[in-house]
Amino acid sequence: MYIETEKISLNESLVDLFNSNRSLLLRASTDHVNALRMQAIDQFKKIGIPTKKDENYKYYDLDPVFSRKYDVHFSRKKIDFNISDLFKCDIPELDTDLLILLNGWYYENGNHDDLMKQGVVMGSLALAAVEYPQLFEQHYGRYADIKSDGLVAFNTAFALDGIFIYVPDNVMLERPVQIINIVMDKVDSMVQHRNLIVLGKNSKASIVICDHSLSANQFLTNSVTEIVASENSSLDYTRVQNEHNGAAQISSTFIHQLADSRVSTNTISLHGGFIRNNLNVMLAGKGCENNMYGLSLSDKFQHVDNSTLIDHAMPNCTSNQKFKGVMDDMASGVFYGKIFVRKDAQHTHAYQGNNNILLTDDAKINTRPHLEIYADDVKCSHGATVGQLDENAMFYLQSRGIGSKEARLMLMTAFAHEIIDQIKVDPLKDRIYDLVNKRLRGELSRCNSCAMNCN
Amino acid sequence: MENDQDNIIREVTQTDYKYGFFTDIDTDNIPYGLNEDIIRLISGKKNEPDWMLEFRLKSYRHWLGMEMPQWAHLKIPEINYQDIIYYSAPKQRIKPGKFEDVDPQLLETFNKLGIPLDEQKLLTGMAVDAVIDSVSVKTTFKKNLAELGIIFCSMGEAIQEHPDLVKKYLGSVVPYRDNYFATLNSAVFTDGSFCYIPKGVRCPMELSTYFRINAANTGQFERTLLIADDESYVSYLEGCTAPMRDEHQLHAAVVELVALNDASIKYSTVQNWYPGDKEGKGGIFNFVTKRGMCKGKNSRISWTQIETGSAITWKYPSCVLRGDNSTGEFYSVAVTNHHQQADTGTKMIHLGKNSKSTIISKGISAGKSNNSYRGLVRVTQNAVNSRNYSQCDSLLLGDKCGAHTFPYIEVANKTSIVEHEATTSKISEDQMFYCNQRGISTEDAIGLIVNGYAKEVLNKLPVEFAVEAQKLLQISLEGSVG
Repeated sequence: MYIETEKISLNESLVDLFNSNRSLLLRASTDHVNALRMQAIDQFKKIGIPTKKDENYKYYDLDPVFSRKYDVHFSRKKIDFNISDLFKCDIPELDTDLLILLNGWYYENGNHDDLMKQGVVMGSLALAAVEYPQLFEQHYGRYADIKSDGLVAFNTAFALDGIFIYVPDNVMLERPVQIINIVMDKVDSMVQHRNLIVLGKNSKASIVICDHSLSANQFLTNSVTEIVASENSSLDYTRVQNEHNGAAQISSTFIHQLADSRVSTNTISLHGGFIRNNLNVMLAGKGCENNMYGLSLSDKFQHVDNSTLIDHAMPNCTSNQKFKGVMDDMASGVFYGKIFVRKDAQHTHAYQGNNNILLTDDAKINTRPHLEIYADDVKCSHGATVGQLDENAMFYLQSRGIGSKEARLMLMTAFAHEIIDQIKVDPLKDRIYDLVNKRLRGELSRCNSCAMNCN
Repeated sequence: MENDQDNIIREVTQTDYKYGFFTDIDTDNIPYGLNEDIIRLISGKKNEPDWMLEFRLKSYRHWLGMEMPQWAHLKIPEINYQDIIYYSAPKQRIKPGKFEDVDPQLLETFNKLGIPLDEQKLLTGMAVDAVIDSVSVKTTFKKNLAELGIIFCSMGEAIQEHPDLVKKYLGSVVPYRDNYFATLNSAVFTDGSFCYIPKGVRCPMELSTYFRINAANTGQFERTLLIADDESYVSYLEGCTAPMRDEHQLHAAVVELVALNDASIKYSTVQNWYPGDKEGKGGIFNFVTKRGMCKGKNSRISWTQIETGSAITWKYPSCVLRGDNSTGEFYSVAVTNHHQQADTGTKMIHLGKNSKSTIISKGISAGKSNNSYRGLVRVTQNAVNSRNYSQCDSLLLGDKCGAHTFPYIEVANKTSIVEHEATTSKISEDQMFYCNQRGISTEDAIGLIVNGYAKEVLNKLPVEFAVEAQKLLQISLEGSVG
């Protein structure tokens, strides 16, 4: 009973936060965004932050995460340093178009003139709502269902800025687009940004998102990304999460695929106190292909939660999921996967795999690979394993003079390799391979890639 | 060929439920409804000691505060618990036990079901406890078993004659507050089977309970308790049927198994309750809680189930692997047709070291039915070196049915290995073509493939049951692949 009353007060306090800043929020956005905002807060009042009673959140209690005191910024803060000095994500030989988000706000950095000539739009979401209202309104809020999840409703109610990317029909981006998402503040803060990525017909893009925390404060990020892949478009979407142990990150990604589109996502969770990735894919056209890969490496008291939903709404689509996790120390991991095949989605091929390694007796993994199928001419399968490093392989390596620590590392690297191999941009693949290697050696900390050298 | 297959499907869907007859016997019914007086009445009719009545009332009071579970992938129509007769007994009995005392009409009923209660006619090697509606009418081979020290009787008798054993183990595996239907059962259960296998005894024959719902508007709430003492072995079978009726009837049973050190229990079920008609009218709601406790070291519990009947099945035979080196097994074939719904599976809770479990589940759905596998494998931190292997396959026959898989895997130590795999598909055209071109008709080919598909589980059944199960599968399935 006690918990019940506390829960109500948490949701109420979050609604209060909205009400007391309502005018600031409404003033900052267009009517379209604000209309959604009001719907979302009404919906949030009804469902609130998911609890452990919620089937999709039963293994992790979000209450303590949201109950901390956070500052929320309702306008873009002026910064007195050059944003590009802040962070050097050194991927050798990788030439990218860089977009920077600082605490959920887009900061101008360099120009993308050559892309603009092709009709590509990249930049602030808030600005795009004003400058490209038709395009924006056609997609914004259409794929992220506020009814499905209280966190999405919460984001929709509060989101002010984020990244907007539009690739017109028949345009193929040569360079990957890199979004660097930084949280850095002198106070504990809550960040809720919103991204919208629209790919036109026959277009092609490769997007890399790097999440970093650059100050030791506690952060909570609750972001929503909507992606539309139009007919015959192709997207590679890679996310590298590397935040410190005091950071909580919830990212909900909604991918809407139209006929013959191909989307491949890669989620590499290297570091972070609490990470929750919701990946929702709607295969809304015939002949789509979707690949989802994920790798999570966690130790200490970290928790990584990967949740996927593939909705096969149309026939002849293919989906393929593979998530791997290595849990060390007291870390815990969760995988919720769901393949949903609708009644008329014949000739569906869907595969889902989840492999986990537990390195200590205090580490935990909960996995829940679900299939829900209403069509008969399908081939669906899933597999899940939980185990440890192969003793025979360890023995083999050690008998050849390789130390047990090194042998363990080699085997773990090999385990992770299957996921990293799926990254299609070679320099990026090398870089992530390098990062994972460092991570497994325990050399990677939040300070490694930071120019601030604060501690 | 498409047409052929459609015809065959139609034929199969027209197949009548063989056991749908009703025997007109005088019954002793109590009034409709559920309240403390009814529970006192049931307890009084069975002449139960006070502790039993206490157990019932405690359960009932707890049940009042509970809500019906909604998490299953089932559409369950509203059930009016006041509109059920909780006790119905055929009015024949003078005193159970002697063959001559059994009403000939009842014997006829069981003969018709293929379960002769006359010991001379009975298949040797199988002892039967026949339960009709709320009471056990006859237990065969009791004397032979008693010579070995085996107690095999109805639950009502056990409460009278072996109160210590019942007191010790009743509710020890499925506590009275376990879940909605188990709590309801704890409050109103009327009969069921009780079995105790003493130390070091290997039960020489298959024990079996046959459940029959006969009277209208009744619910059947039976309770089975099976205890295998150290180093003993028993194989137990369960079968069930009901008449065809337009109304739904509720069947909420509880089965508790206890296996002590080095004991082994094999529990097999062929469930063939009336599934309702082609439009989904009528049929039994089968909401059953079955759980086995591997209490001792090296103990072993194996569940085998063939689920073909019931309008709605909600059933998760589980194993709590508490003893070190204990083993749990679950083999299941679940078939749904027409408008049937099944949400079935298992739970394997690993608590002891080196515990092992195997799950083989085969779902077959046809018509407009929905068939779900739901299973939990939990390995706790202390259950080091545990091992689980799960395989859940679904076969879809027709484009209007659904097949779902909801596994939950929770592992909390580094030395255990858990594997799960599942596939969903239909019989491929290649397989059909291969059979056809070798002169095997479509119907035979389907029978062949489905039987092959389910073989892994059918093989686990005792011989006496395997034949019946295979026949059942043929009736429910053969040719129904589209």
